[in-house]
Amino acid sequence: MNQWQRLFFSLLIAATLAVTGICDSAAAASKTLILATTTSTQDSGLLDVLIPVFEKESGYFVKTIAVGSGQAMAMGEKGEADVLLVHSPDAEKKFMDKGAGVNRRLVMHNDFVIVGPAADPAKIRGTKSSAEAFKKIAKAGSLFLSRGDNSGTHAKEKGLWKGAGIAADGQKWYQQTGLGMGQTLNVAAEKKGYTLTDRATYLALKKTLGLEILVEGDAKLLNIYHVIEVNRAKWPKVNAAGAKAFGDFMVGKKVQEIIGRFGVDKFGAPLFFPDAGKKPESLGL
Amino acid sequence: MELILEGIAKAASLLASLDREVMAITWLSLKVSGSATLISLLLGISGGTALALSDFPGKRLLVSLVNTGMALPPVVVGLFVSIFFWRNGPLGFAEILYTPAAMVIAQAIIATPIVMGITVASIQNLPPNLRLQILALGATRGQMVRLLVREARLPLLAGVMAGFGGVISEVGASIMVGGNIKGYTRVLTTATVMETGRGNFDLAIALSLILLLLCFAINYLLTRIQQRERPR
Amino acid sequence: MTGGEVFLEVSDLELHRGGARVLSIPSFSLREREVLSLIGPNGAGKSTLLLALARLLPATRGSFRCRGEEIVSDSAVFSYRRRLGMVFQEPLLFDGTVFGNVASGLKIRGMAQTEIRERVMTTLELFGMTQLAERSARKLSGGEAQRTSLARAFAIRPEVIFLDEPFVALDPPTRQTLMDDLERILRETGTAAVLATHDQLEALRLSSRMVVMNRGEMVQSGPPEEVISRPVNEFVASFVGMENVLTGTVISSGGGVVRLTLGERQVEIAGSADPGETALFCIRPENVTIDIVDPSGETSARNVFAAGIRRVIPNGMFHKIHLDCGFPLVAYLTGQSIANLNLAEGKGVYASFKATAVHLIRSARRDGGKY
Repeated sequence: MNQWQRLFFSLLIAATLAVTGICDSAAAASKTLILATTTSTQDSGLLDVLIPVFEKESGYFVKTIAVGSGQAMAMGEKGEADVLLVHSPDAEKKFMDKGAGVNRRLVMHNDFVIVGPAADPAKIRGTKSSAEAFKKIAKAGSLFLSRGDNSGTHAKEKGLWKGAGIAADGQKWYQQTGLGMGQTLNVAAEKKGYTLTDRATYLALKKTLGLEILVEGDAKLLNIYHVIEVNRAKWPKVNAAGAKAFGDFMVGKKVQEIIGRFGVDKFGAPLFFPDAGKKPESLGL
Repeated sequence: MELILEGIAKAASLLASLDREVMAITWLSLKVSGSATLISLLLGISGGTALALSDFPGKRLLVSLVNTGMALPPVVVGLFVSIFFWRNGPLGFAEILYTPAAMVIAQAIIATPIVMGITVASIQNLPPNLRLQILALGATRGQMVRLLVREARLPLLAGVMAGFGGVISEVGASIMVGGNIKGYTRVLTTATVMETGRGNFDLAIALSLILLLLCFAINYLLTRIQQRERPR
Repeated sequence: MTGGEVFLEVSDLELHRGGARVLSIPSFSLREREVLSLIGPNGAGKSTLLLALARLLPATRGSFRCRGEEIVSDSAVFSYRRRLGMVFQEPLLFDGTVFGNVASGLKIRGMAQTEIRERVMTTLELFGMTQLAERSARKLSGGEAQRTSLARAFAIRPEVIFLDEPFVALDPPTRQTLMDDLERILRETGTAAVLATHDQLEALRLSSRMVVMNRGEMVQSGPPEEVISRPVNEFVASFVGMENVLTGTVISSGGGVVRLTLGERQVEIAGSADPGETALFCIRPENVTIDIVDPSGETSARNVFAAGIRRVIPNGMFHKIHLDCGFPLVAYLTGQSIANLNLAEGKGVYASFKATAVHLIRSARRDGGKY
């Protein structure tokens, strides 16, 4: 029995130590900042570069919560985040109109591209307008693969079909994978179909795919990121100073340069384009 | 297939080079799930023993509630823990959302019913007269409970394994209450989900393999203890 | 061994379970060094009474006195429990060695290690099992396990030991040796004991007093030989192996002799009764003698009847002979005797028994024993 009593008490002590150890690190983090952002900024690895710089400069500890743009704004609306980095301009305007956020600033953009097999059966290569390209695909009845998972990319794609005046859903040439971007690209490569993808994911997988960028550069394909500080007047617990510091940091000259260079060494092309200080109209907003 | 081989190679190289980030993530997984399991052991074994040994109206209902709790979906736990610990939630003053402590709490909530359910079953499976036999040996109530738990320790080890296995492999609650913050609340499962999303399948596979290895090592250890004690 | 002070005294004990009364004992007492057996069929309440006496089962009401002191408070119950030992049907051993098991009661009492070692070894010696000390409890045979359980109970030197059918799961030879050892150890240590059993041979072997239980009540209590030969009612009679229980009417009574009609015959019984009363005639089969010639001249038995053999049923060491002598009668004979007398079904014989061998249960006392 003694041996088991000893075991029991050592477990008890271990549990206490472990928990207090973990709580200590949390208590020390009272100068924390909650950043709610989209998965793309995290998945691309951009934040892994920027956050340590910000933490070092400002002394804040940043808790990056990578969720969808919609959820990030919902967190802001409840005062559960201090600052947002999101890419959903229409929803952002509503968010600002409600008075949930202050000081919305343009940070950067990346873009979507339409990719497809080199043979390009629908002959969309070089088409300037995405709507035109989609119309060609529909007309040719060439296979198009959609994420079909209600992601940001899927939402964008649905908007583009609507803009082109085509009801793609249910068509024989239109298939939904229900998978993530990387896997959808793989399916498109296997089946020699077209798909809409963000540039970063495409670049990451380019080597193995055998798919080419056929349409790019249309303003409608831009994915524009804003930083928004959550309104402290509405939620007193919000770390307004930290949020402002982060906003200032993101639009600062040094960070904008980092953004512009990010991904070049790995993919040969930047993943994001710095836009701080630009007029929204210049991006077609 | 190529992908899996690449993943295994990557895992081997990460393990061999003792990659700092991977080691930190692994260590945090162990620490969080280990603490959660320990807490669930304290709560589950004491609560389960009390439940098994007491007699009151509604006991059956409570036992079936505990048994239902054994299958508590982690995302549901994650959601409710998040709501409670939101800044503006009822326990917001604690300021522990998106910390390892919050993950420990969520995982403990997931593991406690598992340990408690197995404890209730283990204690109730002991011979009914054993309790009386122990009391007849002059034991105080406390001594009796300790001896009963000691007699049930082999099935309880299964409870430890089930509890630990349940929390180290869950992702829903960890990502919701921990936030998968780099270097702070990123554990093996949340990192795997993220790397999959990033298209880094080799890294995702490597992390999964490390997770499997970890689960296997812990279960192997506990099984060894169990087998050593078992009659041959 | 019935001498000594009263150790335990219980009165007005009642125990209810699920609204039903499962135990009703107006009074019960156990003396120091006394070995008492509780016998009765399954469900008679033996185990329940045992647990109630050990204060392991809360009584609905009742008062308990141990050496004159009332056991009321929880702490009194607790210290009373530390004076007793208990052994169940199953050995209920703990995981660990035989030594660890025998030591468990002492560890619970916080005894010093060296003292425990000494006491355990003494106890193991008493039970002749020192060579098993380091054996794992899981590797014991059934008999060794139950022996360990007994040793564990005796290690704390209890003042009384409660035994709930401890031999029931053992094979006959193991049972026999363990029973012999228990008998010796009880005698040597002077420990009082209460043994629940449904085997009257166990009760005869071990106890100095026998209590017959039925439906939660004590039906009869007394020295085992007396209970077996003079049951107070039909229930006890049949339970203790009194195979011949017949209803008769008293014709006359006087001079210590009762005349009773049984069927078409009349029998003479030592005792007294009221003429005209209905009474139960009881005689144990082993007290019925069978002859092939009329023994009237040579026997002192008052009752001699010509009888026909209806059936011969082998029954262990004895054969059961069913006779018809105007009333049914069962006798026991060994197989050897049957062969010597050349007995067979249908053959005519003479059955005789002494007036003193018959036990008469008078009608007024019958009702207590319905079952």
